Amino acid sequence: MKYMLLMQFSAATADFPSIDTWAPDEIKAHIAFMRELNGKLSADGELVDAQGLAGPDQARVVRAAGGGEPLITEGPFAETKEFLAGYWIVDCETPERAVELAAYISTAPGPGGRPLNMPIEVRPVLSAPPVEV
Amino acid sequence: MLTRRFGDFTLAEDAVQEALLAAATQWPRDGTPDNPRGWLIQVAYRRMVEQVRNEQARRNREELAARREPDDRQWAAPADLDLAAERDDTLILLFLCCHPALSPASAVALTLRAVAGLTTAEIAHAFLVPETTMAQRISRAKQRIKGSGVPFRMPDAQDRSRRLEAVLRVLYLIFNEGHTSSAGPRLHRVELAAEAIRLARALHAALPRDSEVAGLLALLLLTEARSPARTGPSGELISLAEQDRGRWDAAAIAEGVALVTAALPRGPVGPYQLQAAIAAVHDEAPTAEQTDWPQILALYGVLERVAPGPVVALNRAVATAMVHGPAAGLEALAALDGDPRMAGHHRLHSARAHLYEMLGDRDRAVEHYRAAAGRTTSLPEQRYLQLRAARLATGVEPARLGP
Repeated sequence: MKYMLLMQFSAATADFPSIDTWAPDEIKAHIAFMRELNGKLSADGELVDAQGLAGPDQARVVRAAGGGEPLITEGPFAETKEFLAGYWIVDCETPERAVELAAYISTAPGPGGRPLNMPIEVRPVLSAPPVEV
Repeated sequence: MLTRRFGDFTLAEDAVQEALLAAATQWPRDGTPDNPRGWLIQVAYRRMVEQVRNEQARRNREELAARREPDDRQWAAPADLDLAAERDDTLILLFLCCHPALSPASAVALTLRAVAGLTTAEIAHAFLVPETTMAQRISRAKQRIKGSGVPFRMPDAQDRSRRLEAVLRVLYLIFNEGHTSSAGPRLHRVELAAEAIRLARALHAALPRDSEVAGLLALLLLTEARSPARTGPSGELISLAEQDRGRWDAAAIAEGVALVTAALPRGPVGPYQLQAAIAAVHDEAPTAEQTDWPQILALYGVLERVAPGPVVALNRAVATAMVHGPAAGLEALAALDGDPRMAGHHRLHSARAHLYEMLGDRDRAVEHYRAAAGRTTSLPEQRYLQLRAARLATGVEPARLGP
């Protein structure tokens, strides 16, 4: 079963200073944690995909106008409450394992090397039905 | 030289490397041959012929899969498989790959690689994961087996039935993955359902007197026989009652029916034979209305005794509704509310929705179809449930595409 683990932030949930205010070593430790994590997921045969996304000021919202041509709104979006910073898609044996991975990702180090305990949303990816309950 | 002969550099490079590897291990032991260069070319040549053959076999398999033909029926035991030793090797390999020390996903991957002979890339494609991830899953599974110290031989008689159960389960999982993933990208995907049937045939050839092995093969054939009618032109799922039975595969049905008919009286009766028998009753009904529901209800009764579980109880409740009316079916479903494995499960909602629809209670049916659609993790099933809800809520039949 595949799960998407979303690193989703908002003013309410990101109760830590933004990464550009951290010390260089703190940023390095954070990056090392993520690299090691992806290496482990791949070695365990669970990694499907992992991507980080550019910040919300790079975002553009596109809608089709009346004739189907794109109508573009440039960021940043003041009204945006939440934004997606990155995601993992993992293929796990059980939903409990997906939760376990999310909890581990949540402990990525932040300022002072302390765990950020950031919120990670776990969503099943729609697929074929399980054989039985 | 090899590249010239075969016109494929990468392949030639691999073959030469393997020949050098063989030389590195054999020459110190057996002495350097008189003509080392000739020896190397000879070994690399043989290795290349083997690789080209494998490549050819893979291509043939892909072409067959692309044509979406039931190629499994063209499976015939190669002449050398007549040898009991070969058959035993296939069997031992299956027992090894489906070892209880492995998780189901690892056992599935290893079986496809080591017994079915698929490439890692093909398996990765089939499960929509990167090749490196699948390679890791397979190599970890191999290490795990190596680490557990299981010898390459037939399990003891007392261990055997338990181990065979695991093998049957893995084959069923492979089949189910192929059979239900109708919404996924089909192009270049190995037909997992056909692979599972091929493996079940090989297992049946090795253990012709085992009734549950015959039951599994029958179940796979009888289920796969309906697959041409399972999806509509927009890829939407079509329920059993609404399928065009003229598109069912009559030859597969005949084979499945013959297998389960021969297996059941031989015994001992097990869950695969019973599920195959139920599938046979469905497949033999000329129309949905002519389905022999009393027989299906009786078979679910036996299945519930042999292999009790909430899914069997749910299916039995639906059969009860078909024999004794929707109110009786709903009453039987109520018993499942207390089961923590089923409470709030989408299948319980969807069964209720169907029964309320039968009862003519449109509002409740719509409510349960919507609840089921919100809880399923299958995309085709979600679409199916949404469509049922929309049809009932609006009273409008969706436009039929095509003829």
